[in-house]
Amino acid sequence: MSIEAQEKRQGVALVTPALLWTLVFFAVPFGAMALMSLAHLEGREIVQGHDLGNYLRIFTDPSLRRGIFVSLEITATVTVISVLLAWPLAWIIATRVPQRWRRMVLLLAVLPFWTSYVVRSYSWALVLGEKGVVMNALVGLGLLAEPVQIMATRAATVTGFVHFFVMLLTLTIYSNLIQLSPNYARAAQDLGASQWQVIRLVILPLTLPGVMTGAFLTFVLCIGDYITPQILGGNNELTLPQLIMLQLGRRGDYPMASALSIVLMAIVTLAYAASARWLKMERV
Amino acid sequence: MTFKHSCAIAALMAGLGPAAYAEDLNALIWCDHADPELLEPFETAHDVRVNVKEYEGTAAGLTLLEQSRPGDWDVMVIDAVDVGRAVERGFLAPLPEGTAPTADYFPEVLLEDHVTINGTTYAAVEKFGYNTVAYNKSAVDPADMTSLAALWSGKYDGRIAIYDYYLPVLGLVGLNAGVDTTDLDAAALETLRDPLMQLKAASKQVSDVVGSQTALATGEVDVLIGGGEWLTAVLNAENPDLDWTIPEEGGLLWAQSLAIVEGTEKPELAAEFIKYVTSPEGQARLATSSCYWGMPANKAAGDVLSDAQKDILRWDDQAEYLTRAQLYPVPDADTDAAMQDLWTDMLQN
Repeated sequence: MSIEAQEKRQGVALVTPALLWTLVFFAVPFGAMALMSLAHLEGREIVQGHDLGNYLRIFTDPSLRRGIFVSLEITATVTVISVLLAWPLAWIIATRVPQRWRRMVLLLAVLPFWTSYVVRSYSWALVLGEKGVVMNALVGLGLLAEPVQIMATRAATVTGFVHFFVMLLTLTIYSNLIQLSPNYARAAQDLGASQWQVIRLVILPLTLPGVMTGAFLTFVLCIGDYITPQILGGNNELTLPQLIMLQLGRRGDYPMASALSIVLMAIVTLAYAASARWLKMERV
Repeated sequence: MTFKHSCAIAALMAGLGPAAYAEDLNALIWCDHADPELLEPFETAHDVRVNVKEYEGTAAGLTLLEQSRPGDWDVMVIDAVDVGRAVERGFLAPLPEGTAPTADYFPEVLLEDHVTINGTTYAAVEKFGYNTVAYNKSAVDPADMTSLAALWSGKYDGRIAIYDYYLPVLGLVGLNAGVDTTDLDAAALETLRDPLMQLKAASKQVSDVVGSQTALATGEVDVLIGGGEWLTAVLNAENPDLDWTIPEEGGLLWAQSLAIVEGTEKPELAAEFIKYVTSPEGQARLATSSCYWGMPANKAAGDVLSDAQKDILRWDDQAEYLTRAQLYPVPDADTDAAMQDLWTDMLQN
C-alpha cells in the first residue's frame, strides 16, 4: 500500500468517530424533528403528513410570528449591550490589571458560571422587584419618587442575560487581546497615533475574531434560552423557546414545536452565515 | 490502592446511595406526590421504590403516555374531569373493586360522572381545592375580594398576577361574565377575549406556581387570580396575611385523581399505592404536601390532620365552598385548541 493510500485510510479512520457522533446525535434527531414538523394535530392525535401547514401558521399567526421578533429583539439587544460592556472590561483586565491580580480578576469574572441558571434568574427576580435591592436603593437615595416596574418586563430579561453573557464575552475577548503582540501598539504610537487611535484603529480590529466568536455564542445561547425570559419576563411576551415549550407542555403539539424549533435553527444558521468570515476560533 | 480498599470504598458508596428496594413503581404525577413524606411510608411498607415523573397539564400527560411503552408507567395522577379523555384513548385500567372506598368521602367530590365510565370506575379522587382569588390582606381590602369585578375595576391595576393555566382562569373570567364553566364553548369563548385582554392589561405578570408564590410572598403583586389555598397554605407560616376567598360569582373546583395505567405489569402494587394514598394517613400527608396543600377527598383524614392544619385548609367552611364552586371546564379538542390559542394571544399581547 502506498503512503498516500495509507494516509488516506488513517484520515478516514480518524474522522469516522466524529462523523458517527454527528450522524447519531445530530443528523438523525434533526431528520426526525424535520419529519415531525410536517405532521399536524387532528383533535388531540398527531397525524403524519407532508404539508407545510405548521410553517405557514408560524408566519401568519400574529402571536407565533411575534415570537420570532421578540426573540430577535431581545437577542440583538443583549448581544450589543454585552459586547459594549465586555470589550472595555477585557481590555482593562488584559492591559491595566497587574499580572499577579489577573487570575483573581478572571476568577471573579467567571463566578456567575458557578451558580445554577435557575437560581441566578430567581436571584435577579428578587433584586429587580419593586421591594428589591435596586428599587430600595434608588428610592432611598431620592433618585426615584416611587419604585418603577423592572421585574416582569423585557428589561429584567435583558438584565439577567447581560449579567451572564458579559462574562462569556469578556473571556473570549480577553483571550484574543493577550495574544496580540504589544509591538502593534508600539508601532502605531511611534507613527504618532494617540492612545484612542491605537485602540480604535489597531487593537479593536485585531480583536474582531474574539468579539465575533463571543457575540455569536451569545446570540446562539440567548435566542435558545427558555429559563431567563420565563422567570424574569413575567410571561408578558413570549420568545421562541417559550412558544416551543407551550406547544410541548400544554398542547402536546409536537409537530408545531418541531416546526418552531426548525425556524429557531434556521435563524441560528443565518446568524452563523452572517458572521462566519470573522469566526476564527484559533485566534480566540 | 489494593483490591480490599476498592471493595471497602465500593461498599461505603453503596451504603451512601439510595436505599435498595425489592421493586419499583413508576408514577406519572403532579408535584405534590413527589414529597418524600408522602412516599416513604408506602415504600417502607411494601419494600418498593416509587419513581416519580412530574408533568403539568393533561395534554402533556397523555402525550407522555402515548410515547411510552405498555408497562413503563404503573399509576398516574390526572385531573378528575379528564379521566374520560384518558379512558377514551385506552390509557387507564379499571380500578379493582374496593381499591378506594368512598364511604367517608366528601360527597361533592366523588365525581362519579367523571371517574366512572359506562359503569366502570377508572380513578379515585384524592385531593381537591379551588382556583379562585388569593391576595395579601394587609395590602388589599378583603371586602373588594368578595367580587371578581374588583379585578376589572381599575383599583388594583398593576398589582395583579394571573396564574398561568388557561382552564381555571378562563373559567373565572367566564364566571365574571356570567358564563358557567359547563357553557364555555367556542362561541362563549369569543365573548371572553376582551375581558381577558383587559385583565392582562391590569396585571403585572402571568406566572406559574413558583412565580406566583414568589410574587405574592415578596409583595410584587397583591392579588392572584387563579390562586387558592393550594398556593397560600404553604406560605402561611411565613406570611399569615396571604389569604384567599371564593367571590360571590363563584370559584373553580379542581379535583385530582389517581388511576392505574393500562398495561402495567404491577396492577396489585399500583392498587396498593392508590389504597395507601386514599387512606386517612396518606390523605393527610398528601393534603399537606410540601409542594402544595389541598383538601383531602377522604374526610377521615380529618382524624389525622392537626387542628392548625385543618384551619389553614378551612376544613369547616368546605360545605359552603363546595356549593359555590363549579368544576373545571371540560373542553372538546377543538374548544381546547381555541382556548389555548386565546391564552397564547393573551400572553403575547
